[in-house]
Amino acid sequence: MDIDFVNTILIPLLKIVGLLFLIMPLIAYSVVAERRVSAAIQDRVGPNRVGPYGLLQPLADGLKFILKEDFTPNYVRKIYFWMAPALSMVPSFVVFAVIPFGSNLFGEKMVIANLNVGILFTFAVVSLSVYGIVLAGYASNSKYPFLGGIRSSAQMISYEIAMGMSVIPVFMLTSDPNFYSTELNQTWTTFLAGTSDLNLSRIIAYQSGNLFDWLIFKQPVAFIIFLVAAFAETNRLPFDLPESETELVAGYHTEYSSMKFALFFLGEYAAMIAASALMVVLFLGGWTLPFWGLDSPSDNIFLGLLHIIIFFGKICFLMLFFIWIRWTLPRFRYDQLMDLGWRRFLPLALANIIITAFWLWFKN
Amino acid sequence: MIVERKELSLIENTYLPGIAQGIKITAKHFFETVTGKKKVTMQYPEEKWSVPKDYRGAPYLVKDQEGRTKCVSCQLCEFICPPKAIKITPPGPEVNEAVGGVEKLPQDFEINMLRCIFCGLCQEVCPEEAIFLLKDYSLTGESREEMVYHKEKLLNLGGTRRDDIQKWKKKDEDAQAQPEFH
Repeated sequence: MDIDFVNTILIPLLKIVGLLFLIMPLIAYSVVAERRVSAAIQDRVGPNRVGPYGLLQPLADGLKFILKEDFTPNYVRKIYFWMAPALSMVPSFVVFAVIPFGSNLFGEKMVIANLNVGILFTFAVVSLSVYGIVLAGYASNSKYPFLGGIRSSAQMISYEIAMGMSVIPVFMLTSDPNFYSTELNQTWTTFLAGTSDLNLSRIIAYQSGNLFDWLIFKQPVAFIIFLVAAFAETNRLPFDLPESETELVAGYHTEYSSMKFALFFLGEYAAMIAASALMVVLFLGGWTLPFWGLDSPSDNIFLGLLHIIIFFGKICFLMLFFIWIRWTLPRFRYDQLMDLGWRRFLPLALANIIITAFWLWFKN
Repeated sequence: MIVERKELSLIENTYLPGIAQGIKITAKHFFETVTGKKKVTMQYPEEKWSVPKDYRGAPYLVKDQEGRTKCVSCQLCEFICPPKAIKITPPGPEVNEAVGGVEKLPQDFEINMLRCIFCGLCQEVCPEEAIFLLKDYSLTGESREEMVYHKEKLLNLGGTRRDDIQKWKKKDEDAQAQPEFH
Protein backbone atom coordinates (compact mmCIF):
# COMPACT_ATOMS: atom_id res chain seq x y z
CA MET A 1 0.00 0.00 0.00
CA ASP A 2 1.09 3.53 -0.74
CA ILE A 3 2.75 5.01 2.33
CA ASP A 4 1.13 8.40 1.65
CA PHE A 5 -2.29 6.78 1.57
CA VAL A 6 -1.64 5.13 4.93
CA ASN A 7 -0.32 8.29 6.55
CA THR A 8 -2.80 10.80 5.24
CA ILE A 9 -6.03 8.81 5.03
CA LEU A 10 -5.95 5.45 6.76
CA ILE A 11 -4.38 6.43 10.08
CA PRO A 12 -6.45 9.61 10.57
CA LEU A 13 -9.55 7.61 9.65
CA LEU A 14 -8.68 4.98 12.27
CA LYS A 15 -8.15 7.73 14.86
CA ILE A 16 -11.47 9.34 13.95
CA VAL A 17 -13.34 6.07 14.27
CA GLY A 18 -11.57 5.24 17.51
CA LEU A 19 -12.31 8.64 19.02
CA LEU A 20 -15.95 8.46 17.94
CA PHE A 21 -16.24 5.09 19.65
CA LEU A 22 -15.00 6.76 22.81
CA ILE A 23 -17.11 9.90 22.56
CA MET A 24 -20.47 8.43 21.51
CA PRO A 25 -20.77 6.16 24.58
CA LEU A 26 -19.52 9.05 26.70
CA ILE A 27 -22.40 11.19 25.40
CA ALA A 28 -24.90 8.39 25.96
CA TYR A 29 -23.70 7.73 29.47
CA SER A 30 -23.43 11.39 30.40
CA VAL A 31 -27.19 11.53 29.76
CA VAL A 32 -27.65 8.60 32.15
CA ALA A 33 -25.27 10.21 34.63
CA GLU A 34 -27.20 13.45 34.36
CA ARG A 35 -30.42 11.65 35.23
CA ARG A 36 -28.98 9.53 38.03
CA VAL A 37 -26.98 12.34 39.62
CA SER A 38 -29.85 14.79 39.42
CA ALA A 39 -32.05 12.13 41.00
CA ALA A 40 -29.59 11.60 43.83
CA ILE A 41 -29.30 15.33 44.42
CA GLN A 42 -33.07 15.56 44.64
CA ASP A 43 -33.31 12.50 46.94
CA ARG A 44 -34.78 10.34 44.18
CA VAL A 45 -33.58 7.12 42.58
CA GLY A 46 -33.60 7.86 38.86
CA PRO A 47 -33.86 5.40 35.96
CA ASN A 48 -32.79 1.98 37.23
CA ARG A 49 -35.02 -0.43 35.35
CA VAL A 50 -33.26 -1.04 32.03
CA GLY A 51 -30.43 -3.47 32.56
CA PRO A 52 -28.34 -3.71 35.72
CA TYR A 53 -28.48 -0.41 37.64
CA GLY A 54 -30.24 1.15 34.64
CA LEU A 55 -27.04 1.02 32.60
CA LEU A 56 -28.82 0.07 29.37
CA GLN A 57 -31.01 3.17 29.55
CA PRO A 58 -29.28 4.84 26.54
CA LEU A 59 -30.37 1.93 24.34
CA ALA A 60 -33.98 2.37 25.41
CA ASP A 61 -33.76 6.13 24.94
CA GLY A 62 -32.22 5.76 21.50
CA LEU A 63 -34.86 3.26 20.45
CA LYS A 64 -37.55 5.61 21.67
CA PHE A 65 -36.13 8.48 19.63
CA ILE A 66 -36.06 6.35 16.49
CA LEU A 67 -39.61 5.06 16.94
CA LYS A 68 -41.16 8.47 17.59
CA GLU A 69 -42.98 10.30 14.84
CA ASP A 70 -40.68 12.67 12.98
CA PHE A 71 -43.10 15.54 12.62
CA THR A 72 -42.40 18.56 10.46
CA PRO A 73 -44.96 21.33 10.87
CA ASN A 74 -46.14 22.65 7.51
CA TYR A 75 -45.35 26.28 8.28
CA VAL A 76 -41.62 25.82 8.82
CA ARG A 77 -38.88 26.74 6.37
CA LYS A 78 -38.14 23.19 5.39
CA ILE A 79 -34.53 23.27 4.17
CA TYR A 80 -33.25 25.20 7.16
CA PHE A 81 -35.46 23.19 9.49
CA TRP A 82 -33.74 20.03 8.32
CA MET A 83 -30.29 21.58 8.28
CA ALA A 84 -30.31 23.10 11.78
CA PRO A 85 -30.01 19.92 13.91
CA ALA A 86 -27.02 18.71 11.92
CA LEU A 87 -25.43 22.13 12.06
CA SER A 88 -25.74 22.28 15.82
CA MET A 89 -24.25 18.84 16.29
CA VAL A 90 -21.31 18.86 13.87
CA PRO A 91 -19.13 21.67 15.32
CA SER A 92 -18.94 20.04 18.74
CA PHE A 93 -17.49 16.95 17.11
CA VAL A 94 -15.12 18.87 14.86
CA VAL A 95 -13.50 20.43 17.93
CA PHE A 96 -12.15 17.00 18.85
CA ALA A 97 -10.05 17.01 15.67
CA VAL A 98 -7.37 19.17 17.26
CA ILE A 99 -7.59 17.99 20.86
CA PRO A 100 -4.71 15.75 21.94
CA PHE A 101 -6.52 12.98 23.78
CA GLY A 102 -3.46 10.85 24.47
CA SER A 103 0.28 10.75 23.93
CA ASN A 104 1.54 7.93 21.72
CA LEU A 105 -0.10 4.69 20.69
CA PHE A 106 1.74 2.41 18.24
CA GLY A 107 4.09 5.31 17.52
CA GLU A 108 1.24 7.59 16.47
CA LYS A 109 0.41 10.86 18.20
CA MET A 110 -3.07 10.64 19.65
CA VAL A 111 -4.47 13.73 17.99
CA ILE A 112 -6.36 13.64 14.71
CA ALA A 113 -5.05 16.91 13.32
CA ASN A 114 -1.91 18.19 15.01
CA LEU A 115 -2.53 21.79 13.97
CA ASN A 116 -0.17 24.55 14.95
CA VAL A 117 -3.15 26.88 15.24
CA GLY A 118 -5.01 24.46 17.49
CA ILE A 119 -6.67 26.92 19.85
CA LEU A 120 -7.67 29.30 17.05
CA PHE A 121 -9.25 26.39 15.21
CA THR A 122 -11.29 25.37 18.26
CA PHE A 123 -12.59 28.88 18.77
CA ALA A 124 -13.45 29.19 15.08
CA VAL A 125 -15.37 25.92 15.14
CA VAL A 126 -17.06 26.34 18.50
CA SER A 127 -18.56 29.64 17.39
CA LEU A 128 -20.14 27.85 14.41
CA SER A 129 -22.49 25.92 16.67
CA VAL A 130 -24.52 29.09 17.23
CA TYR A 131 -25.63 28.88 13.60
CA GLY A 132 -27.48 25.63 14.21
CA ILE A 133 -29.43 27.18 17.04
CA VAL A 134 -30.15 30.47 15.29
CA LEU A 135 -31.18 28.60 12.17
CA ALA A 136 -33.47 26.34 14.19
CA GLY A 137 -35.07 29.41 15.73
CA TYR A 138 -35.52 31.06 12.36
CA ALA A 139 -36.64 27.98 10.45
CA SER A 140 -39.28 26.99 12.99
CA ASN A 141 -41.23 30.11 12.05
CA SER A 142 -42.84 30.34 15.45
CA LYS A 143 -42.47 32.69 18.39
CA TYR A 144 -40.78 30.65 21.10
CA PRO A 145 -38.04 29.13 18.97
CA PHE A 146 -37.44 32.55 17.44
CA LEU A 147 -36.92 34.15 20.85
CA GLY A 148 -34.75 31.23 21.90
CA GLY A 149 -32.60 31.59 18.81
CA ILE A 150 -32.14 35.32 19.33
CA ARG A 151 -31.21 34.88 22.96
CA SER A 152 -28.83 32.12 22.10
CA SER A 153 -26.97 34.13 19.49
CA ALA A 154 -26.62 37.09 21.85
CA GLN A 155 -25.46 34.85 24.68
CA MET A 156 -22.97 32.88 22.64
CA ILE A 157 -21.42 35.92 21.00
CA SER A 158 -21.08 37.66 24.39
CA TYR A 159 -19.42 34.76 26.12
CA GLU A 160 -17.25 33.84 23.16
CA ILE A 161 -15.41 37.11 23.73
CA ALA A 162 -14.87 36.55 27.45
CA MET A 163 -13.82 32.98 26.71
CA GLY A 164 -11.34 34.00 24.05
CA MET A 165 -9.88 36.70 26.28
CA SER A 166 -9.56 34.31 29.22
CA VAL A 167 -7.22 31.93 27.37
CA ILE A 168 -4.82 34.63 26.20
CA PRO A 169 -2.87 34.66 29.53
CA VAL A 170 -2.55 30.89 29.24
CA PHE A 171 -0.74 31.27 25.95
CA MET A 172 1.29 34.17 27.26
CA LEU A 173 2.66 31.81 29.89
CA THR A 174 3.11 28.77 27.68
CA SER A 175 4.81 30.56 24.80
CA ASP A 176 7.94 30.99 26.92
CA PRO A 177 10.72 29.81 24.54
CA ASN A 178 13.19 29.11 27.37
CA PHE A 179 10.87 26.56 28.87
CA TYR A 180 10.82 24.28 25.84
CA SER A 181 14.58 24.43 25.32
CA THR A 182 15.70 23.94 28.92
CA GLU A 183 13.14 22.30 31.15
CA LEU A 184 11.73 19.53 28.97
CA ASN A 185 13.24 16.08 28.68
CA GLN A 186 14.19 14.31 25.46
CA THR A 187 10.86 12.50 24.92
CA TRP A 188 8.96 15.76 25.13
CA THR A 189 11.26 17.61 22.74
CA THR A 190 10.93 14.88 20.11
CA PHE A 191 7.19 14.76 20.74
CA LEU A 192 6.86 18.51 20.25
CA ALA A 193 9.19 18.72 17.25
CA GLY A 194 7.75 21.00 14.59
CA THR A 195 5.02 22.53 16.76
CA SER A 196 4.58 26.21 17.46
CA ASP A 197 3.13 28.26 20.31
CA LEU A 198 -0.59 27.77 19.66
CA ASN A 199 -0.36 23.98 19.43
CA LEU A 200 -2.39 22.33 22.16
CA SER A 201 0.22 19.65 22.89
CA ARG A 202 2.61 22.43 23.93
CA ILE A 203 0.24 23.52 26.67
CA ILE A 204 0.18 19.99 27.99
CA ALA A 205 3.97 19.93 27.94
CA TYR A 206 4.02 23.17 29.90
CA GLN A 207 1.77 21.67 32.57
CA SER A 208 3.65 18.38 32.93
CA GLY A 209 5.96 17.60 35.79
CA ASN A 210 4.35 19.16 38.82
CA LEU A 211 0.75 19.38 39.98
CA PHE A 212 1.17 23.10 40.58
CA ASP A 213 2.33 23.57 37.00
CA TRP A 214 -1.26 22.95 35.99
CA LEU A 215 -2.64 26.20 34.66
CA ILE A 216 -5.68 25.99 36.94
CA PHE A 217 -3.25 26.91 39.74
CA LYS A 218 -1.24 29.40 37.72
CA GLN A 219 -4.25 31.10 36.11
CA PRO A 220 -7.23 30.51 38.45
CA VAL A 221 -9.05 33.62 37.22
CA ALA A 222 -8.70 32.53 33.61
CA PHE A 223 -9.99 29.09 34.58
CA ILE A 224 -13.07 30.47 36.31
CA ILE A 225 -13.91 32.76 33.40
CA PHE A 226 -13.40 29.93 30.93
CA LEU A 227 -15.51 27.57 33.02
CA VAL A 228 -18.41 29.99 33.32
CA ALA A 229 -18.17 30.90 29.64
CA ALA A 230 -18.20 27.19 28.80
CA PHE A 231 -21.48 26.86 30.72
CA ALA A 232 -22.89 29.75 28.73
CA GLU A 233 -21.57 28.45 25.40
CA THR A 234 -23.09 25.03 25.90
CA ASN A 235 -26.45 26.47 27.03
CA ARG A 236 -26.25 24.72 30.34
CA LEU A 237 -27.99 25.83 33.47
CA PRO A 238 -27.50 28.40 35.05
CA PHE A 239 -27.27 29.94 31.57
CA ASP A 240 -29.85 27.89 29.67
CA LEU A 241 -31.79 30.93 28.56
CA PRO A 242 -32.13 29.82 24.90
CA GLU A 243 -34.33 26.95 26.03
CA SER A 244 -35.62 28.18 29.36
CA GLU A 245 -38.71 26.04 29.85
CA THR A 246 -40.65 28.41 32.04
CA GLU A 247 -40.54 31.22 29.50
CA LEU A 248 -39.94 29.71 26.09
CA VAL A 249 -41.48 26.20 26.29
CA ALA A 250 -38.33 24.57 24.92
CA GLY A 251 -36.71 27.46 23.07
CA TYR A 252 -35.15 26.78 19.72
CA HIS A 253 -36.10 23.10 19.61
CA THR A 254 -39.78 23.56 20.49
CA GLU A 255 -40.93 22.45 17.02
CA TYR A 256 -38.54 19.52 16.75
CA SER A 257 -39.35 15.91 17.49
CA SER A 258 -37.91 12.43 17.19
CA MET A 259 -34.37 12.09 15.80
CA LYS A 260 -34.09 15.77 14.91
CA PHE A 261 -34.63 16.68 18.54
CA ALA A 262 -32.19 13.93 19.52
CA LEU A 263 -29.53 15.57 17.37
CA PHE A 264 -29.91 18.83 19.30
CA PHE A 265 -29.83 16.88 22.52
CA LEU A 266 -26.70 14.94 21.57
CA GLY A 267 -25.16 18.12 20.21
CA GLU A 268 -25.60 19.78 23.57
CA TYR A 269 -23.87 16.94 25.38
CA ALA A 270 -21.16 16.69 22.72
CA ALA A 271 -20.54 20.40 23.19
CA MET A 272 -20.25 19.85 26.93
CA ILE A 273 -17.72 17.08 26.38
CA ALA A 274 -15.81 19.23 23.90
CA ALA A 275 -15.73 22.12 26.37
CA SER A 276 -14.59 19.74 29.13
CA ALA A 277 -11.87 18.38 26.85
CA LEU A 278 -10.69 21.90 26.11
CA MET A 279 -10.59 22.73 29.80
CA VAL A 280 -8.66 19.55 30.54
CA VAL A 281 -6.10 20.46 27.90
CA LEU A 282 -5.83 24.12 28.80
CA PHE A 283 -6.01 24.03 32.58
CA LEU A 284 -5.91 20.51 33.99
CA GLY A 285 -2.77 19.08 32.45
CA GLY A 286 -4.30 17.20 29.51
CA TRP A 287 -3.46 13.50 29.48
CA THR A 288 -0.66 13.83 32.02
CA LEU A 289 -0.58 13.13 35.72
CA PRO A 290 2.30 14.55 37.75
CA PHE A 291 3.48 11.23 39.17
CA TRP A 292 4.50 7.66 38.28
CA GLY A 293 6.20 8.91 35.13
CA LEU A 294 2.84 9.66 33.53
CA ASP A 295 3.93 13.18 32.71
CA SER A 296 5.84 12.56 29.50
CA PRO A 297 4.84 10.94 26.20
CA SER A 298 4.60 7.18 26.42
CA ASP A 299 6.86 4.71 24.65
CA ASN A 300 4.69 1.62 25.11
CA ILE A 301 1.10 0.57 24.57
CA PHE A 302 0.29 0.31 28.25
CA LEU A 303 1.27 3.88 29.04
CA GLY A 304 -0.34 5.09 25.82
CA LEU A 305 -3.69 3.57 26.82
CA LEU A 306 -3.29 4.86 30.35
CA HIS A 307 -2.85 8.38 29.02
CA ILE A 308 -6.10 8.11 27.05
CA ILE A 309 -7.85 6.79 30.16
CA ILE A 310 -6.48 9.66 32.24
CA PHE A 311 -7.68 12.18 29.67
CA PHE A 312 -11.20 10.76 29.58
CA GLY A 313 -11.23 10.39 33.35
CA LYS A 314 -10.58 14.09 33.70
CA ILE A 315 -13.35 14.77 31.17
CA CYS A 316 -15.76 12.62 33.18
CA PHE A 317 -14.84 14.52 36.32
CA LEU A 318 -15.63 17.84 34.63
CA MET A 319 -18.86 16.42 33.19
CA LEU A 320 -19.94 15.49 36.71
CA PHE A 321 -19.14 19.02 37.75
CA PHE A 322 -21.31 20.36 34.89
CA ILE A 323 -24.19 18.17 36.03
CA TRP A 324 -23.70 19.03 39.66
CA ILE A 325 -23.79 22.78 38.96
CA ARG A 326 -26.90 22.35 36.83
CA TRP A 327 -28.85 20.97 39.75
CA THR A 328 -27.44 23.52 42.19
CA LEU A 329 -27.90 26.95 40.66
CA PRO A 330 -31.08 28.57 39.38
CA ARG A 331 -31.24 30.27 35.98
CA PHE A 332 -29.87 33.78 35.60
CA ARG A 333 -32.10 36.56 34.37
CA TYR A 334 -31.35 37.73 30.83
CA ASP A 335 -29.97 41.12 31.86
CA GLN A 336 -27.90 39.50 34.61
CA LEU A 337 -26.43 37.16 32.03
CA MET A 338 -25.45 40.00 29.72
CA ASP A 339 -24.16 42.03 32.66
CA LEU A 340 -22.00 39.16 33.83
CA GLY A 341 -20.58 38.55 30.39
CA TRP A 342 -19.85 42.10 29.28
CA ARG A 343 -19.35 44.09 32.46
CA ARG A 344 -17.73 41.55 34.75
CA PHE A 345 -15.92 38.85 32.81
CA LEU A 346 -14.66 40.86 29.86
CA PRO A 347 -12.91 43.51 32.04
CA LEU A 348 -11.72 40.80 34.39
CA ALA A 349 -10.22 38.83 31.51
CA LEU A 350 -8.56 41.96 30.13
CA ALA A 351 -7.17 42.80 33.58
CA ASN A 352 -5.89 39.25 33.83
CA ILE A 353 -4.05 39.67 30.53
CA ILE A 354 -2.44 42.88 31.71
CA ILE A 355 -1.48 41.48 35.10
CA THR A 356 0.04 38.41 33.46
CA ALA A 357 1.96 40.66 31.07
CA PHE A 358 3.34 42.70 33.94
CA TRP A 359 4.29 39.57 35.84
CA LEU A 360 6.16 38.17 32.85
CA TRP A 361 7.86 41.52 32.40
CA PHE A 362 9.05 41.58 36.01
CA LYS A 363 10.16 37.96 35.85
CA ASN A 364 12.46 38.62 32.92
CA MET B 1 -42.85 47.20 56.88
CA ILE B 2 -39.44 47.99 55.48
CA VAL B 3 -36.98 45.14 55.54
CA GLU B 4 -33.45 46.26 56.10
CA ARG B 5 -31.31 44.71 53.43
CA LYS B 6 -27.76 44.00 54.44
CA GLU B 7 -25.08 45.48 52.22
CA LEU B 8 -23.22 42.64 50.49
CA SER B 9 -19.52 42.53 51.05
CA LEU B 10 -17.12 42.46 48.12
CA ILE B 11 -16.59 38.72 48.38
CA GLU B 12 -20.33 38.06 48.61
CA ASN B 13 -20.81 40.17 45.49
CA THR B 14 -18.68 37.79 43.47
CA TYR B 15 -21.41 35.13 43.91
CA LEU B 16 -18.69 32.64 44.81
CA PRO B 17 -19.59 32.06 48.51
CA GLY B 18 -23.23 31.58 47.51
CA ILE B 19 -22.31 29.11 44.80
CA ALA B 20 -20.02 27.22 47.19
CA GLN B 21 -22.82 26.99 49.73
CA GLY B 22 -25.24 25.69 47.09
CA ILE B 23 -22.73 23.12 45.96
CA LYS B 24 -22.31 22.01 49.55
CA ILE B 25 -26.04 21.47 49.99
CA THR B 26 -26.49 19.50 46.77
CA ALA B 27 -23.38 17.46 47.55
CA LYS B 28 -24.80 16.61 50.96
CA HIS B 29 -28.05 15.41 49.41
CA PHE B 30 -26.15 13.51 46.72
CA PHE B 31 -23.98 11.59 49.17
CA GLU B 32 -26.83 10.94 51.58
CA THR B 33 -28.87 9.42 48.79
CA VAL B 34 -26.00 7.48 47.21
CA THR B 35 -24.82 5.96 50.49
CA GLY B 36 -28.41 5.12 51.41
CA LYS B 37 -28.32 7.19 54.57
CA LYS B 38 -31.48 8.94 53.54
CA LYS B 39 -33.94 6.66 51.84
CA VAL B 40 -37.18 8.00 50.49
CA THR B 41 -38.01 5.90 47.45
CA MET B 42 -39.34 2.36 47.75
CA GLN B 43 -38.49 0.01 44.86
CA TYR B 44 -42.17 -0.76 44.54
CA PRO B 45 -42.77 -4.07 42.84
CA GLU B 46 -39.79 -5.61 44.65
CA GLU B 47 -40.39 -4.00 48.03
CA LYS B 48 -43.93 -3.54 49.16
CA TRP B 49 -45.57 -1.22 51.56
CA SER B 50 -46.84 -3.03 54.64
CA VAL B 51 -50.24 -1.61 55.46
CA PRO B 52 -51.43 -0.58 58.94
CA LYS B 53 -53.33 -2.93 61.17
CA ASP B 54 -56.93 -2.07 60.37
CA TYR B 55 -56.36 -1.32 56.71
CA ARG B 56 -59.36 -1.93 54.48
CA GLY B 57 -58.13 -3.53 51.28
CA ALA B 58 -59.97 -5.71 48.81
CA PRO B 59 -62.92 -7.79 50.08
CA TYR B 60 -62.32 -11.51 49.62
CA LEU B 61 -64.23 -14.64 50.61
CA VAL B 62 -62.69 -16.91 53.24
CA LYS B 63 -62.89 -20.62 53.98
CA ASP B 64 -62.84 -22.27 57.38
CA GLN B 65 -60.13 -24.62 58.57
CA GLU B 66 -61.85 -27.58 56.91
CA GLY B 67 -61.78 -25.88 53.55
CA ARG B 68 -65.48 -25.16 53.38
CA THR B 69 -66.88 -21.97 51.94
CA LYS B 70 -68.41 -20.00 54.74
CA CYS B 71 -70.75 -17.89 52.62
CA VAL B 72 -74.35 -19.03 52.75
CA SER B 73 -75.78 -16.79 50.03
CA CYS B 74 -77.85 -14.73 52.44
CA GLN B 75 -77.24 -11.74 50.15
CA LEU B 76 -77.04 -9.24 52.98
CA CYS B 77 -73.75 -7.91 51.61
CA GLU B 78 -75.29 -7.57 48.19
CA PHE B 79 -78.11 -5.49 49.62
CA ILE B 80 -75.94 -3.29 51.81
CA CYS B 81 -73.17 -2.67 49.28
CA PRO B 82 -73.37 1.11 48.59
CA PRO B 83 -71.94 1.03 45.06
CA LYS B 84 -73.70 -2.27 44.22
CA ALA B 85 -70.42 -4.01 43.52
CA ILE B 86 -71.51 -7.44 44.79
CA LYS B 87 -73.70 -9.85 42.89
CA ILE B 88 -74.57 -13.24 44.34
CA THR B 89 -76.14 -16.09 42.41
CA PRO B 90 -77.84 -18.33 45.02
CA PRO B 91 -78.18 -22.04 44.38
CA GLY B 92 -81.46 -23.48 43.18
CA PRO B 93 -83.58 -25.88 45.21
CA GLU B 94 -81.11 -28.77 44.75
CA VAL B 95 -79.40 -29.95 47.93
CA ASN B 96 -75.61 -29.72 48.30
CA GLU B 97 -74.36 -32.81 50.11
CA ALA B 98 -70.86 -31.35 50.49
CA VAL B 99 -72.06 -29.06 53.26
CA GLY B 100 -74.26 -31.63 54.89
CA GLY B 101 -77.25 -30.51 52.93
CA VAL B 102 -77.88 -27.77 55.42
CA GLU B 103 -76.46 -24.56 53.90
CA LYS B 104 -76.85 -22.66 50.64
CA LEU B 105 -73.48 -22.38 48.90
CA PRO B 106 -73.50 -19.54 46.38
CA GLN B 107 -73.37 -20.69 42.79
CA ASP B 108 -71.39 -17.61 41.98
CA PHE B 109 -70.20 -14.64 43.99
CA GLU B 110 -69.05 -11.63 41.96
CA ILE B 111 -67.35 -8.51 43.26
CA ASN B 112 -66.72 -5.79 40.75
CA MET B 113 -63.46 -4.36 42.05
CA LEU B 114 -63.86 -1.30 39.83
CA ARG B 115 -67.09 -0.40 41.66
CA CYS B 116 -66.02 -1.44 45.15
CA ILE B 117 -65.28 1.50 47.44
CA PHE B 118 -63.64 -0.62 50.15
CA CYS B 119 -66.05 0.65 52.81
CA GLY B 120 -66.14 -2.63 54.69
CA LEU B 121 -69.94 -2.74 55.14
CA CYS B 122 -70.08 -6.25 53.62
CA GLN B 123 -67.66 -7.51 56.25
CA GLU B 124 -69.62 -5.79 58.99
CA VAL B 125 -72.99 -7.12 57.89
CA CYS B 126 -71.97 -10.71 57.17
CA PRO B 127 -73.59 -13.04 59.74
CA GLU B 128 -71.27 -15.90 58.80
CA GLU B 129 -67.99 -13.96 58.89
CA ALA B 130 -67.44 -15.17 55.37
CA ILE B 131 -66.20 -11.99 53.73
CA PHE B 132 -63.24 -9.92 54.93
CA LEU B 133 -61.49 -6.82 53.75
CA LEU B 134 -57.92 -8.07 53.51
CA LYS B 135 -54.72 -6.06 53.10
CA ASP B 136 -54.45 -6.44 49.34
CA TYR B 137 -54.26 -2.99 47.76
CA SER B 138 -52.79 -3.75 44.38
CA LEU B 139 -55.56 -4.92 42.09
CA THR B 140 -54.64 -5.03 38.44
CA GLY B 141 -56.26 -6.27 35.27
CA GLU B 142 -56.21 -5.62 31.58
CA SER B 143 -59.98 -5.39 31.05
CA ARG B 144 -63.14 -4.53 32.91
CA GLU B 145 -64.21 -8.17 32.78
CA GLU B 146 -60.99 -9.18 34.46
CA MET B 147 -61.67 -6.77 37.30
CA VAL B 148 -64.93 -8.56 38.17
CA TYR B 149 -63.69 -11.22 40.58
CA HIS B 150 -65.67 -14.45 40.67
CA LYS B 151 -66.18 -16.97 43.46
CA GLU B 152 -63.16 -19.18 42.79
CA LYS B 153 -60.78 -16.26 42.58
CA LEU B 154 -62.21 -14.60 45.69
CA LEU B 155 -61.91 -17.83 47.66
CA ASN B 156 -58.33 -18.43 46.50
CA LEU B 157 -57.28 -14.92 47.40
CA GLY B 158 -59.15 -14.94 50.71
CA GLY B 159 -57.48 -18.02 52.12
CA THR B 160 -58.50 -19.68 55.36
CA ARG B 161 -59.80 -18.25 58.62
CA ARG B 162 -60.16 -20.34 61.73
CA ASP B 163 -63.77 -20.79 62.76
CA ASP B 164 -64.18 -21.91 66.38
CA ILE B 165 -67.94 -22.23 66.26
CA GLN B 166 -68.05 -24.50 63.21
CA LYS B 167 -71.79 -24.12 62.86
CA TRP B 168 -72.05 -26.42 59.81
CA LYS B 169 -70.28 -29.22 61.54
CA LYS B 170 -72.42 -28.90 64.66
CA LYS B 171 -75.59 -28.80 62.62
CA ASP B 172 -74.55 -31.85 60.66
CA GLU B 173 -73.63 -33.71 63.84
CA ASP B 174 -76.89 -32.66 65.44
CA ALA B 175 -78.78 -33.88 62.43
CA GLN B 176 -76.96 -37.22 62.54
CA ALA B 177 -77.48 -37.57 66.29
CA GLN B 178 -81.22 -37.01 66.27
CA PRO B 179 -83.37 -40.01 67.13
CA GLU B 180 -85.29 -41.40 64.28
CA PHE B 181 -89.11 -41.14 64.51
CA HIS B 182 -90.82 -43.72 62.41
